[in-house]
Amino acid sequence: MSKTVQALSQMSPTRSSVLWGTIMSSVPKLLMPIVGILLFLAVWNGVAKSIDTSLGQFPGPAQVWEQVVTLVDEHQAQREKAKAFYSRQEERNAERLALDPDYDAKVREYTGAPTFFDQIWTSLYTVMIGFLIASVIAVPLGILCGLSRSAYAAFNPLIQLFKPVSPLAWLPLVTMVVSALYVSDDPMFSKSFITSAFTVSLCCLWPTLINTAVGVSNIDSDLVNVSKVLRLKPLSHVRKIVLPASVPMIFTGLRVSLGIGWMVLIAAEMLAQNPGLGKFVWDEFQNGSSESLARIMVAVLTIGLIGFLLDRLMLSVQRWVSWDKAAVLR
Amino acid sequence: MQTKHLELTQVGIDFPTPKGPFNALTDVNLKIHKGEFISLIGHSGCGKSTVLNIVAGLHHATQGGVILDGSEVREPGPERAVVFQNHSLLPWLTVYKNVELAVKQTQRQKSKKQIRDWVLHNLELVHMTHALDKLPSEISGGMKQRVGIARALAMEPKVLLMDEPFGALDALTRAHLQDSLMDIHAELGNTVIMITHDVDEAVLLSDRIVMMTNGPSATIGEVLDVELERPRDRLALADDPAYNHYRHEVLTFLYEKQKKIETVTNRKRASGGASSKKSNVA
Repeated sequence: MSKTVQALSQMSPTRSSVLWGTIMSSVPKLLMPIVGILLFLAVWNGVAKSIDTSLGQFPGPAQVWEQVVTLVDEHQAQREKAKAFYSRQEERNAERLALDPDYDAKVREYTGAPTFFDQIWTSLYTVMIGFLIASVIAVPLGILCGLSRSAYAAFNPLIQLFKPVSPLAWLPLVTMVVSALYVSDDPMFSKSFITSAFTVSLCCLWPTLINTAVGVSNIDSDLVNVSKVLRLKPLSHVRKIVLPASVPMIFTGLRVSLGIGWMVLIAAEMLAQNPGLGKFVWDEFQNGSSESLARIMVAVLTIGLIGFLLDRLMLSVQRWVSWDKAAVLR
Repeated sequence: MQTKHLELTQVGIDFPTPKGPFNALTDVNLKIHKGEFISLIGHSGCGKSTVLNIVAGLHHATQGGVILDGSEVREPGPERAVVFQNHSLLPWLTVYKNVELAVKQTQRQKSKKQIRDWVLHNLELVHMTHALDKLPSEISGGMKQRVGIARALAMEPKVLLMDEPFGALDALTRAHLQDSLMDIHAELGNTVIMITHDVDEAVLLSDRIVMMTNGPSATIGEVLDVELERPRDRLALADDPAYNHYRHEVLTFLYEKQKKIETVTNRKRASGGASSKKSNVA
């Protein structure tokens, strides 16, 4: 930011005056967040120096940044290796085919250790699938509970009972159930993926369900009366009146759900040793090298950043879906 | 020409409360002819809206019943279209789409072109064709109410039910809409039941004014026939002795015979209730 400001101030004043104006007007908006971040980095740096752990000094911003670079390098090295592996394999298969046309060429997967970025991708994929499963169940169920008092009365005790349950209590049960039921010689998904995704789903259900039910039951009674006078059939009542009217509440629920799902997933991956960012953190902790803490810190910041981006993503989906473009979304 | 059309017989309704049933209405008897314009007037809380909602089918009478053209009213339906006080347009649909939804829903046999023509025709009646693609939030309160009326008319109702349709509007807009409503009524000849608390509005628009007593157990107090020539002109009528006589009749009913007694103790209790509600919310 400060660099751009300097660069711009050296430009000719006439050409840059308009641009300068827009930048200056956004400075107050950006100023305080930047101050906040700089302050945090300073405090972190100061405090880190005074903490000595059995794995060495607590990493400051500089060490963490160093590890970011290392992790990127490691990822690229791993990709190079994989590429080399596949090209060697292709060559070998081509040779074998040349000698023997009947040879059934086998393509073997590269089995190198997953890098930090592979783990990010695994976690993202898992949380999205878990969240989708939960939403597909929770939104219709929430609408049902919002529309019908008796459905709400039937589901409410269950919701209240399961809502406060920690995902980690579910984990052993889900693991055992998945192992028992998901038996296939050629599984499309790995068991660990299914376990993690279902654990996420179990925790994503409740906020969406409750918010949807509340949103639907609080629809303006005049709008419901309009629907009655028009004799809308139940399905078109839901589609034309209920869904648009409760979009804001549904999305509030979805955003809370996705946030919870992301937190739950990391914990579940740590506990179950399922691939993902949680496993990365746990492996680094077990590894116990002098860089481990800095690498864990990279993971912590990444988890936070991704959680934030997921929330923004939901917000833009809401903007896209909602009819009320003027509504202030935050 | 005037045949029995809409008939309310011994209509009464009880609402369940924790202290037992509350009798809001009792013995409401009213016969309405086709094409008649009826106003329901009375103090707030006297059950005007309840009568309207029973005719609409949104409330069910506990005693008696409503018969429209020989069949009993059991549920809401487009032949008894309602214009709500707060317009209640769907905020996510444009002006055009709001009316279109009603047309598509009630006249399934119509072709695409017929639907479009009918929507435009009804919006033309209320002079709203200039704002077809506007959302309700982008137009004024009076315009929203116009669209609400267009939507109700587009259902081709036998009876048009209006619940204080102009109550939330300023005086000038209200006068405009009253004139529009008179024009539309002259053109289409719908049967209209309108709730109002505005004496001038009632006299200006109605063929008959139904005055209701105060609740609980509210009922019809008096019915006033307004025999003024149509079309009516609000300016000419302002000096008309007959018009002023009708006004006087209604005012006498409302402020002498059915004077609302609000005692000091009542008011205290009401404000106490309100403040305790507030603290609950906080």
